[in-house]
Amino acid sequence: MNGLTKIGFLLAALALAGCDNSGAFGLGGGGGLGGPGSGQFEDGSADDPTSVAHFRERVGDRVLFFVDQSTLNEEGRLTLLAQANWLLENTDYNAVIEGHADEQGTREYNLALGARRASAVKEFLVSRGIAGSRLSTVSFGKERPLEVCSAEACYAQNRRAVTVLKADVNF
Amino acid sequence: MMRFLAALLMGLTVLGQMAYAQSGPLRIEITDGVVEPLPYAVPDFVAENSAAGGYAKQLAQVIASDLSGTGLFREIPEKAHIAKITSFSAPVQFVDWKAINAQALITGAVSVSGGNLEVKFRVYDVFAGQELGNGLRFKGTVEGWRRMAHKVADAVYSRITGEGGYFDSRVVFVSETGPKSDRKKRLAIMDYDGANLQYLTDSSSIVLAPRFSPTGDKVLYTSYETGFPQVYILDVGSVQRRVLNSEAGTMSFAPRFAPDGKSLLLSITRDGNTDIYRMSLAGGAPKRLTASPAIDTAPSFSPDGSKIVFESDRSGTQQLYVMPAAGGEPKRISFGQGRYGTPVWSPRGDLIAFTKQNKGRFHIGVMRTDGSEERLLTASFLDEGPTWAPNGRVIMFTRETQGASGSSALYSVDVSGRNLRKVKITGGGSDPAWSPLQE
Repeated sequence: MNGLTKIGFLLAALALAGCDNSGAFGLGGGGGLGGPGSGQFEDGSADDPTSVAHFRERVGDRVLFFVDQSTLNEEGRLTLLAQANWLLENTDYNAVIEGHADEQGTREYNLALGARRASAVKEFLVSRGIAGSRLSTVSFGKERPLEVCSAEACYAQNRRAVTVLKADVNF
Repeated sequence: MMRFLAALLMGLTVLGQMAYAQSGPLRIEITDGVVEPLPYAVPDFVAENSAAGGYAKQLAQVIASDLSGTGLFREIPEKAHIAKITSFSAPVQFVDWKAINAQALITGAVSVSGGNLEVKFRVYDVFAGQELGNGLRFKGTVEGWRRMAHKVADAVYSRITGEGGYFDSRVVFVSETGPKSDRKKRLAIMDYDGANLQYLTDSSSIVLAPRFSPTGDKVLYTSYETGFPQVYILDVGSVQRRVLNSEAGTMSFAPRFAPDGKSLLLSITRDGNTDIYRMSLAGGAPKRLTASPAIDTAPSFSPDGSKIVFESDRSGTQQLYVMPAAGGEPKRISFGQGRYGTPVWSPRGDLIAFTKQNKGRFHIGVMRTDGSEERLLTASFLDEGPTWAPNGRVIMFTRETQGASGSSALYSVDVSGRNLRKVKITGGGSDPAWSPLQE
């Protein structure tokens, strides 16, 4: 949960800085997300079950992966079940699933690995009834680490797929 | 003269074989792959008119920096010289250069007229007391004076080693600034030695892994301009760019030109599966060359265009494979311990450079194109992404340091593993790609 606290803090800092990218809630937003067609949402209160803040903090917007794996673990599947249920209820939202890798790998391979991870998440959500047209995937490989130490504690947080809510998905 | 050439040529033999020169004053001795650099002198060029005065010393300095930078040559500094070259045409007094043990001597002259610069030079085998090859002259603009120096150094290197030169070349790379969690990346181009840096993109989007066209005037790279990794082509002169594969919802990356410059290889990801495709620059749908559910990426052509080396994890871990250029059954060539990626075929066709990951370390290595005679040239926390100098003798790559304050830098090493050097650039850099020798 430590990672999530930091995320909240980081987003708050971005909002204070007047960053116009505050509508892209996932990390890796610095990677140019928020392009054409992306919506701008109010973050809302986590206590409001229809809010983005609720999705991120209570439902959980990310799943983590083992080294060089794209297989969902038990914890990840539980998170994704909750994401699927939320998306079924909140049909105004679409999502971009961002796959990421830790730094221990070559650039191209990590791009492909992140794509596998994002795709694994998408497939799971589709299998739980979310229309594939509401979901798109992208990989950042090792370009946008969340944690920057060169140790497993950081790597574990970086091997992730983050479900980023959007008004529209129109790349 | 021939023994001089032969000795140096043997010294450069790939794969670190022990090579000894025969007797004679000019030789390079290799002991466990360590070459005794050849001592040479390059006195200030003769300024043939007053406008050329400013270039006389600078030309000699750039030539010396090129030659000494190879690790194969050692400059005898000017303060040790006991004679001056004051006339380009006067006979050389070899005794003056023998006395300081300069085995090679480079003399030159420069003149400037209007915006043009003319450089002449000669190379001497001092102990043989004769000229090595004929004198040459180059003409260009005064702005291009460094290129004139690189051309002279290329000619000297070439005459003494019997190999092609590589100094009159450029490097395109990703310039990096900012913290690890929010790295700003932009494409940049520079001379191989770090001079004449120019930016080709701004830092508003992530850019990755630029690659030169065979003529050096175009660059392929991957950009997140649309929020999505896609392959672009950029004209170096005009800095105009266009996306090559804009299929909605499809990632494309790892581009590389075919040797004819008319088509490219790239990786395209569909439904989470990454395969290798070939596409024509004239347009048309990309043609799929691999069809496994594995990650197939980082393709590179053999210089004759007949084969493609790439990496795949179809065996369970990243390994190197070679397949025919039209696709077809790939043959695995890497069988050592660890994982292998980012293979690049040497412009000479004899070797494949790669990144190897083993026991928590990264290495740049080379192997024969059938996978035999693997040799690791470097070891560090993170080395990756080799690119070949135009003569296939030197490799440049990315080295990243660890930890929260980790940063990327460009390094070069020669194919024998000697002469590891950090390339002088401002700020961080990654993903270098070496141009062909300039025309």
